[in-house]
Amino acid sequence: MGVTQKLGNMGVVTMRLEDAVNWARTRAMWPLLFGLACCAIEMMSTQASNYDMSRFGMELNRPSPRQSDLMIVAGRLSRKMAPVLRQLYDQMPDPKWVLAMGDCASCAGVFNNYAIVQGVDEIVPVDVYVAGCPPRPEQLIHGVLTLHQRVMQEQLTKWV
Amino acid sequence: MTRLDESQWEGDLETLRGLVSERAFTGETMVLNMGPQHPSTHGVLRVILELEGEQIVNCIPDVGYLHTGIEKTMESKKYEQALVLTDRKDYLNNLGNNLTYCLAIEKLCDLDVPPRAQYMRVILAELSRIQSHLVWLGTHALDLGAMSVMLYCFRERERILDMFEMLSGQRMMTSYIRPGGLWRDIVPEFEPALRDFLNYFPAKVDDYERILTENPLWIDRTQGIGFISAEDAIRYGCSGPVLRGSGVNWDIRKAIPYSSYDHFEFDVPLGQHGDVYDRYMVRIQEMRQSVRIIQQAIDNLPGGPFRSQNRKYVPPPRSELGHSMEAVIHHFKLWTEGFRPPKGEVYVRTESPRGELGCYLVSDGGPKPWRVHFRTPSFVHLSAMPVMTRGYLIADVVGIIGSIDITLGDCDR
Amino acid sequence: MTTFEQRTAAAKIIQDALPHAIERVYEFRGDVTLVVKPAYIVEVCRFCRDSAELQFDMFSGVSGVDYYPDSPRFALVYHLYSLRNNVSIELKAFVEDDDEPSIDSVTEVYPAANWFEREILDMFGVTINNHPDPRRILTPADWEGHPLRKDYPLGYETVQFSFNFDEVNKHKPYAKE
Repeated sequence: MGVTQKLGNMGVVTMRLEDAVNWARTRAMWPLLFGLACCAIEMMSTQASNYDMSRFGMELNRPSPRQSDLMIVAGRLSRKMAPVLRQLYDQMPDPKWVLAMGDCASCAGVFNNYAIVQGVDEIVPVDVYVAGCPPRPEQLIHGVLTLHQRVMQEQLTKWV
Repeated sequence: MTRLDESQWEGDLETLRGLVSERAFTGETMVLNMGPQHPSTHGVLRVILELEGEQIVNCIPDVGYLHTGIEKTMESKKYEQALVLTDRKDYLNNLGNNLTYCLAIEKLCDLDVPPRAQYMRVILAELSRIQSHLVWLGTHALDLGAMSVMLYCFRERERILDMFEMLSGQRMMTSYIRPGGLWRDIVPEFEPALRDFLNYFPAKVDDYERILTENPLWIDRTQGIGFISAEDAIRYGCSGPVLRGSGVNWDIRKAIPYSSYDHFEFDVPLGQHGDVYDRYMVRIQEMRQSVRIIQQAIDNLPGGPFRSQNRKYVPPPRSELGHSMEAVIHHFKLWTEGFRPPKGEVYVRTESPRGELGCYLVSDGGPKPWRVHFRTPSFVHLSAMPVMTRGYLIADVVGIIGSIDITLGDCDR
Repeated sequence: MTTFEQRTAAAKIIQDALPHAIERVYEFRGDVTLVVKPAYIVEVCRFCRDSAELQFDMFSGVSGVDYYPDSPRFALVYHLYSLRNNVSIELKAFVEDDDEPSIDSVTEVYPAANWFEREILDMFGVTINNHPDPRRILTPADWEGHPLRKDYPLGYETVQFSFNFDEVNKHKPYAKE
């Protein structure tokens, strides 16, 4: 992991291709603007100046799924919205990751009833779950950094 | 990639027959979907726009994408357990929702609230109003292009959330206002932090006004847009800044004072033209008036208990449990079964930052509410949105949605 | 005049003007409610809005209540408010038929009632006659059943603790890809 060799004074370093690709992917992961409910407000707080998310490369929130690689499902997913979520996930190009922010996205939280999907992982495969109702900005940042660690361990399985 | 089957929202134009004009079926006008996932719809709102070129012929809002079944879930929980769910309904005005629900329970049970708790409730409701207006201003300005205002507003909001965290341990979903008063007494760090905030905040509102109020770009994008007349606003049931922006003087804090609002002096800002700009000015002035109310409340905060002493509804403090048998019995009864209000129904109105928030509570004498219905301002204002949008350009829709200040959790519950 | 006296005075005016439409009047904690026969609800609302003394121009909302297993089962409660006189009043209409409940729409008198009646149609299944747009509003368009009825289940799933973790896991529909 990391730089394997520095070749003298030529200004060249060598590292494995996987590490280079994963490093690039984590340092500029663009989230899809997908705030649903209360967690979206905490997500906006995290993007604001006090708990800045742009220091992790996530400054640009892309409204279009075709231009983003991370979907932060922030908030409770109702049954009416579920097909929309799936369609947006399908529209995102590979490589893509999903972060389930908050209790409602992870497991429906307080709402154990007919109207809320009991966990977003029924619709899309989730990589990181962040607990909290709503999670504090520091918790969300911890979730994002955990995702970065996971991405750094990924293997290159296909040439994209 | 999975292929979706015919889900209802992907339907064809036939489903809209009767809602869009006949010209849409001949192709003269275009039907555009401003979908549930959109950067400017402030949540999951779907708007179906019928356009003639760039001009809007009709606009049909489609809600329900955040329907959570809160009212049905509250019917299966005890009264105090159900309070936790009210925070999540209008998630930008958590304490206001708590307050409305608690006022309904107190009216139903004829429960007294000590003056200290009433003044604290006023302070918290006004802080919640300021915090909600800050989010409104940040997102509204961001949609119309003024991006730096959002960062400024959220910076101020952090200070208010810090104060909420001091009191209750939670930034947003505090559940701090309970039936009978407050959850616990205010901590000593709260008052200096609040006074500090009150000294610091009015200058910030002046900053926002300096950026926006006389800015020709802002004026061009907001004046004359999204007009609703006073008669139409009353007919469509609008309240709050939407109604006051059109010149109708109705503020529930003045008309039907609750929680000792009549002890405080404050003005109610009114607009004249009923457009987006006037609603913006009304809310900016409301922030200043809220600071005034909080200043009066914190200067005159009475001492005394922070929660009612009626042990049939309010649990006793832990210190009493050691030496009083009645306290133990009350504690046991409240925790296992919950309190039983008398049979009846009440309707309570409060002024939320969005408008009139009403709670209709029906009790059958049991420990769980029989029916809780929240009359939410965002629901009503969205039904009045077509009136405000017809005839304007598609670029104005974003400004109009922002000026109505909707919260989809409030609308769909 | 106190608020309560104003409300009782308003209720009396309505009762005197339309005695055939009002069944009874009751008050609870200062709120005055008139129980209206459902066939006359539009007439009463029109009177409340247009009468010069009452002027109930602000329609705050209509809530539905399900009194299952009592009969009559469904009740609609209309909350009216007068801006000029600062008086609020409630009208309650018990829907007659329990199996196929229906009531007239007050949208022609109060346009604000439009979405509230759609919500009652969706949540309780009470048919609203002459409604300009009778579609479901909060649940998806193809939803079956009416959620806020008392015989509709809450729809919760078993909470996953450590002792039943594997059993619940087997039945949870995880997305594979």
